[in-house]
Amino acid sequence: MYKITLKKELTKDIKLFGVEAPHITHNAKAGNFIVVMPDEKGERIPLTIYDWDREKGIVYMVFQEVGLSTVKLGRLNEGGSIYSISGPFGRHFHVENYGTAAVIGGGVGVPAVFPIARALKQAGNKVNSIIGFRQKDMIILGEEMKSASDSLVTATNDGSYGVKGFVTDALKQMIESGDRPDIVVAVGPVIMMKAVSDLTKNYGIKTIVSLNALMMDATGMCGGCRVNIGGTTKFSCVDGPDFDGHLVDFDGLMSRLTSFKEHETEAMHKCRLDTEEKNG
Amino acid sequence: MAKKPRIKVREQAPEERIKNFNEVPFGYNEAEAVEEALRCLQCKNPVCIKGCPVNINIKEFIRQIGAKDFKGAIKTIKNDNSLPAVCGRVCPQEEQCELQCVMLKTGQVINIGGLERFAADWEAQNTVFEAEPVKPVLAGDGSRIKVAIAGSGPAGLTAAGELAKMGYLPVVFEALHVTGGVLVYGIPEFRLPKKIVEREVEYLKSIGAEVKTDILVGKSYTVEDLFEMGYKAIFIGVGAGTPTFLGIPGENLIGVYSANEFLTRINLLKAYKFPEYDTPVNTGRRVAVIGAGNVAMDAARIARRMKGVDEVTIVYRRSEAEMPARKEEIHRAHEEGIIFSLLTAPVEILGDENGRVKGMKCIKMELGEPDESGRRCPVAVEGSEFVIEADTVIPALGTKANKLMTEDVKGLKLSGRGYIEINPATGETSIPGVYAGGDIATGSATVIAAMGAGKIAAKAIDKYIKGSLNLEF
Ligand SMILES: Cc1cc2nc3c(=O)[nH]c(=O)nc-3n(C[C@H](O)[C@H](O)[C@H](O)COP(=O)(O)OP(=O)(O)OC[C@H]3O[C@@H](n4cnc5c(N)ncnc54)[C@H](O)[C@@H]3O)c2cc1C
Ligand SMILES: Cc1cc2nc3c(=O)[nH]c(=O)nc-3n(C[C@H](O)[C@H](O)[C@H](O)COP(=O)(O)OP(=O)(O)OC[C@H]3O[C@@H](n4cnc5c(N)ncnc54)[C@H](O)[C@@H]3O)c2cc1C
Ligand code: SF4
Ligand code: SF4
Ligand code: FES
Repeated sequence: MYKITLKKELTKDIKLFGVEAPHITHNAKAGNFIVVMPDEKGERIPLTIYDWDREKGIVYMVFQEVGLSTVKLGRLNEGGSIYSISGPFGRHFHVENYGTAAVIGGGVGVPAVFPIARALKQAGNKVNSIIGFRQKDMIILGEEMKSASDSLVTATNDGSYGVKGFVTDALKQMIESGDRPDIVVAVGPVIMMKAVSDLTKNYGIKTIVSLNALMMDATGMCGGCRVNIGGTTKFSCVDGPDFDGHLVDFDGLMSRLTSFKEHETEAMHKCRLDTEEKNG
Repeated sequence: MAKKPRIKVREQAPEERIKNFNEVPFGYNEAEAVEEALRCLQCKNPVCIKGCPVNINIKEFIRQIGAKDFKGAIKTIKNDNSLPAVCGRVCPQEEQCELQCVMLKTGQVINIGGLERFAADWEAQNTVFEAEPVKPVLAGDGSRIKVAIAGSGPAGLTAAGELAKMGYLPVVFEALHVTGGVLVYGIPEFRLPKKIVEREVEYLKSIGAEVKTDILVGKSYTVEDLFEMGYKAIFIGVGAGTPTFLGIPGENLIGVYSANEFLTRINLLKAYKFPEYDTPVNTGRRVAVIGAGNVAMDAARIARRMKGVDEVTIVYRRSEAEMPARKEEIHRAHEEGIIFSLLTAPVEILGDENGRVKGMKCIKMELGEPDESGRRCPVAVEGSEFVIEADTVIPALGTKANKLMTEDVKGLKLSGRGYIEINPATGETSIPGVYAGGDIATGSATVIAAMGAGKIAAKAIDKYIKGSLNLEF
């Protein structure tokens, strides 16, 4: 059991938790993730490490409530506790001075790129960040991203804040305006990472994406997180989650992400019933 | 002595057991156990003992059961084996102790595993754990000397048990949220009830071991970190387990699970109790399992028990004689109505427009001339392709070395195949103070072999610590 020391609502369905877990913070690095189980009967769900305080042993995570497990997690309160947190998993992001880096986050991909942007900046890179959201009231971590970057563009699909359009529009403009990045890091919905990779391929710019394959153990034992990278099978939990965006089979990944659709609806239905029981 | 036949173990009828996950054999009751024990010839030269990798005094514990001294019997067993309730159930006895027993010739070999299980179950029902007081091994500051154990499979648990009995403070670190390794996530409930593993772990704690879940040695804490944190030695028992795939088209379709994933979803995360538990598994109606080892049998027999499944097929490219699984398990699989499609090799997994499995294209094989090893190699029969309809395909093709932890340890020597190189007589690795054993050193083996390795390493660790610290005892 791990104590929740902080709970903050970033938007209606996106929450930030701080949790006491010194075994995570001891060696946590940008790009690592953790596996969380809200309770004993829960699923093991992967979440990126958003931030950490090594001295206090507190790890921070930001998650969007999209299904049963994240909704269950979101119901827990400050002072309460989480059944299981393990990690840090995955290879961490390889930080070095690349020159200029474009760091792109879409939706709940933003908490995943935040520590990467910060580490790149600390390593001497010029960090130009782009974050994208559907609309204004879904924007998260704008201030934090600003502090971790040399420049920040916020894009909303409907134009309700910042520039109108997709992150790829802003990226294209950035590249063509002459501030061509030496490396692009993009984390967000698969469709966004695919679009970014397609775009940068044309310009020949190295692009790293972080894949959110379905995972279970995250120890390389089950193979459920396998993805096709440049024609070979890799396990995203141990070989990734970061991969060269130009080699990823995004369509295959998208298809596998639909694996449990019907079951999720069934589980959610039961979960809603629980809530209604509790509330009524 | 009259030649009495081996006393049969009562078990659940096949048509019943495919509807539940309860243990299949019920085990002997007292009268049956005594009767079976009395069949033992109490040989002058008890060759059975040589067949047991940890050399349990089989002759003596069987004599004690025959004399109704059940407490004495379990004590005898526990001198050499700390997990008898597990081994009595899952040891391949027919290749070990029972293979050596002189009664084998008569066709009525003594049921050594069954008697071991009886003694262990008797203890669980009749006595509380009695931890014998041990003299603690203390460091200069008066605290017990700590040893770190990575992995809570049979190798790690045994090493921890032995070290605790010697007076050390073993701390077991487990990456998952539960302890037991393959005993909990791999071997199904109906062969090894999880209660039994839990009981063994509780016992370890009662004799002074600590268990910490959710911690990945190598990532949460590196080997260097552990030494800095005051651990005087480290035992690595992280298992083998990274699954192999065939490399045929369609393997990433939805509905293709490695045996490890399928078993873990069901055993560990209790997907068979979905939606009471949150983890789902999609089985559909027809399941095809590729391979014919013990893991394939487990996956097939689990699939047979899932709601909605009415057809389970084992697809294997050789013939029945070459199947590597235990005869007993193959027999049970037959009884449970599992279909065996032998001399059949998968060519491609077929999917529908949504990327879901709908079948598997296979080709018929025939056995060719024996190769140098004497094994007859299967060769494809040209033009014999056919389709097995399936909603789920489970490759059960064995495992490779998992590099999760080993690749992060500086200076750790690995074999060409990625397993940790050790001195088998001590468990020593290339790093002083770091020991290893079990599947991560040998590749997939058995529970009892992993336990043997844990025990050897514990002895060597004791010697190493006492030597390096110049401790007097
Ligand atoms: C390495 C890694 C890091 C991640 N980091 C974060 C993070 O920092 N914050 C965050 O909010 N989420 C993150 N995710 C995604 C998160 O794990 C899933 O949202 C979560 O598992 C969903 O569980 P659920 O039971 O609530 O929803 P489910 O009921 O399982 O799913 C609800 C819906 O979400 C989709 N979905 C499920 N899992 C994923 C997934 N892995 N990726 C994309 N869609 C999915 C399903 O297809 C379904 O439509 C990460 C995933 C990975 C693999
Ligand atoms: C389905 C199946 C059925 C089997 N049936 C039988 C049988 O009937 N009889 C038999 O004798 N054998 C059987 N075996 C084989 C037997 O289970 C193994 O040989 C044995 O469990 C190996 O023990 P181990 O301690 O080396 O590793 P494991 O049992 O694999 O345990 C290793 C543990 O280490 C943990 N771990 C991994 N990495 C780390 C890390 N970095 N830090 C901390 N912890 C970590 C893992 O999560 C795991 O819990 C079977 C195997 C399988 C898969
Ligand atoms: S531990 Fe295994 S090999 Fe040894 S006596 Fe028991 S069943 Fe036989
Ligand atoms: S070899 Fe067989 S008959 Fe002889 S002592 Fe051992 S178990 Fe008994
Ligand atoms: S999540 Fe199981 S191998 Fe990656």
